[in-house]
Amino acid sequence: MSQPIISFRDASKIFPGRGRRAEVRAVDGVTLDVAEGEIFGVIGYSGAGKSTLVRLVNALEKVTGGSVVVDGTDLTGLSEARLRGVRAGIGMIFQQFNLLSSRTVAGNVAYPLEVAGWSREKRRERVRELLDFVGIADKADVHPRQLSGGQKQRVGIARALATNPRILLADEATSALDPETTQDVLALLRRVNRELGITVVVITHEMDVVRAICDRVAVMEHGKVVELGDAYQVFSAPQHDVTRRFVSTALKDRPSPEVLARLRERHPGRIVTVGVDEVAGSSALITRTLREHGVDGTVVYGGITEVAERPYGSLTLELVAASPGVRPLPDGVAPADGVDAAVAALRRVTDVVDLGTAADPHEDPSVVRRGVGQAPDDGPGGEERRARVIGGPARQVGGGPFGGPSGMTGGNDLTTGIIDDGGKR
Amino acid sequence: MNLDWDRLGPLLWQAGGETAYMVLITLVVGGFLGLLLGLGLYLTRPGNLLQNRAVFAVLNVAINVVRPVPFLIFLVALGPLTRAVVGRTIGIEAFTFAMCFMATFVFARLVEQNLVSIDPGVVEAARAMGASPLRIVRTVLVPEALAPLILGYTFLFVGVLDMSAIAGYLGAGGLGDFAIVHGYRQYDWAVTFVVVVIIVAVVQVVQLLGNYLARRALHR
Ligand SMILES: Nc1ncnc2c1ncn2[C@@H]1O[C@H](COP(=O)(O)OP(=O)(O)O)[C@@H](O)[C@H]1O
Ligand SMILES: [Mg+2]
Repeated sequence: MSQPIISFRDASKIFPGRGRRAEVRAVDGVTLDVAEGEIFGVIGYSGAGKSTLVRLVNALEKVTGGSVVVDGTDLTGLSEARLRGVRAGIGMIFQQFNLLSSRTVAGNVAYPLEVAGWSREKRRERVRELLDFVGIADKADVHPRQLSGGQKQRVGIARALATNPRILLADEATSALDPETTQDVLALLRRVNRELGITVVVITHEMDVVRAICDRVAVMEHGKVVELGDAYQVFSAPQHDVTRRFVSTALKDRPSPEVLARLRERHPGRIVTVGVDEVAGSSALITRTLREHGVDGTVVYGGITEVAERPYGSLTLELVAASPGVRPLPDGVAPADGVDAAVAALRRVTDVVDLGTAADPHEDPSVVRRGVGQAPDDGPGGEERRARVIGGPARQVGGGPFGGPSGMTGGNDLTTGIIDDGGKR
Repeated sequence: MNLDWDRLGPLLWQAGGETAYMVLITLVVGGFLGLLLGLGLYLTRPGNLLQNRAVFAVLNVAINVVRPVPFLIFLVALGPLTRAVVGRTIGIEAFTFAMCFMATFVFARLVEQNLVSIDPGVVEAARAMGASPLRIVRTVLVPEALAPLILGYTFLFVGVLDMSAIAGYLGAGGLGDFAIVHGYRQYDWAVTFVVVVIIVAVVQVVQLLGNYLARRALHR
């Protein structure tokens, strides 16, 4: 990585408590770099500190500890007047768009140009250019209230790009939009990044947003970055519960207990869930393994999607030893052994969750049993589940490509030993 | 009905002029200072652009103390200050001074209440674009709250007219004084009635004008 364009070093933001309200560690010792020209995602649940983190970049908030360096300038200790200069060079868009209702679309886009002291003629020309770029040139003289959400955000983007910033900050920029409009706006952000070379920092609580456009991602919880890295790696081999929860929202590939019960009614054979991703089990590899052991695999459930433009997901299969008429079994191998051997072989190529058969069901150890967001000290129930999981087969709980709601069993506790990342990272 | 318009006409005209003098000066001075004070109150509120707990507390308490005092009592209580500034405690200038004072505080609260209802997001956006606080006041706060500010100012007009009647009664002259001296005290209800009609008509016209301007401000 060349010189990072944004660099947090042990950055903290503590909002002081008042009265009986305790202080809030909104950002707590964050160290990370954003490379020039990338689309960097920050994902986390509400209150994780994402907005505060991004507001440190344009000094809408000042750090209470550590430092933030933007484009070579250390923001710590800069005067308010200097900070205004820094802010003018960074674009920002918002969830609620934050357009001035007292101005037309053109007037809104012209605002930062007025702040920057552009002449009237240059402003008019630039505004036209920007509205063309975001595709709403025909709305120049309209007031924001007459626009749809997607159009408002386009105005917001045009306004943010007006002064040719090198960084664009997007705080939940698509969270108020419907799914289709969200995709349009994300496509526009990707164009901003690719065509204009602008570094984009995207804040979101939606996994789909990260999946669609981010090169790298930081996962935040309680003011801390709990996972950081290449978007595909982070989501294909999530290490942290929060990350797993996000992954499970994007891909409902694992059968729930209810679905599993119905699957067992229809499919009496051995049911296993196998991970499919770029690194481990490609589906070709899975098919070959089954064939070698004389086992038929019928896909009964599953899903494969893309993260960072690479495949990722899982398939749930019913495994049945092929009837001898179709393919002779090796001498002395009982059909059931063929399935066992196939499962063992599958474990060598990908992550496998063995769900047993209808007659001898194994519980899915990764099923979320309790509400999300449980505290690290999850009472006796949690202990019970955890013990059962640890007692289970070695690779049963995937930190692997299943993502899924797995790992919830241990609450937020990373140290219980139930998380097996399968040496993927 | 024995209206002696030859005698009363010029007196009524003069009274109208005195009222106009008090009201207009108060609207201009009180409106301007009230806007500034209201902005000051809004900006120094904790969490806002120029947050300052001490200044906010002082302004807030001052407004809360002054505003509910009945104007008649306020006029008397302000006496020493009025004497220091104007040189005397009665007369149209002295009362106009007191009216400006009261109007400033009344309008300040109205301004602040209207500014508070502005979406903080737009202020944040302007800040993110590098706008200074003064620019934000000029290009965001006032324009965004313009319609309710116009209506608040219209409301202030009615309050000021009311104050001018009280001041008039205490010797500043004007329409209130006229209605009492030539109407009420002479048992001449017709005179009182004419004055009331004039005042109602003026208030009506101003209110309509205010509504019209506020609507324009919204529909821009
Ligand atoms: N100005 C503030 N004063 C006090 N607490 C704040 C302030 N801004 C944010 N917080 C607190 O900081 C935490 C993180 O907030 P935020 O950064 O907005 O989270 P997110 O954007 O991830 O939802 C929250 O607990 C929030 O209540
Ligand atoms: Mg937020």
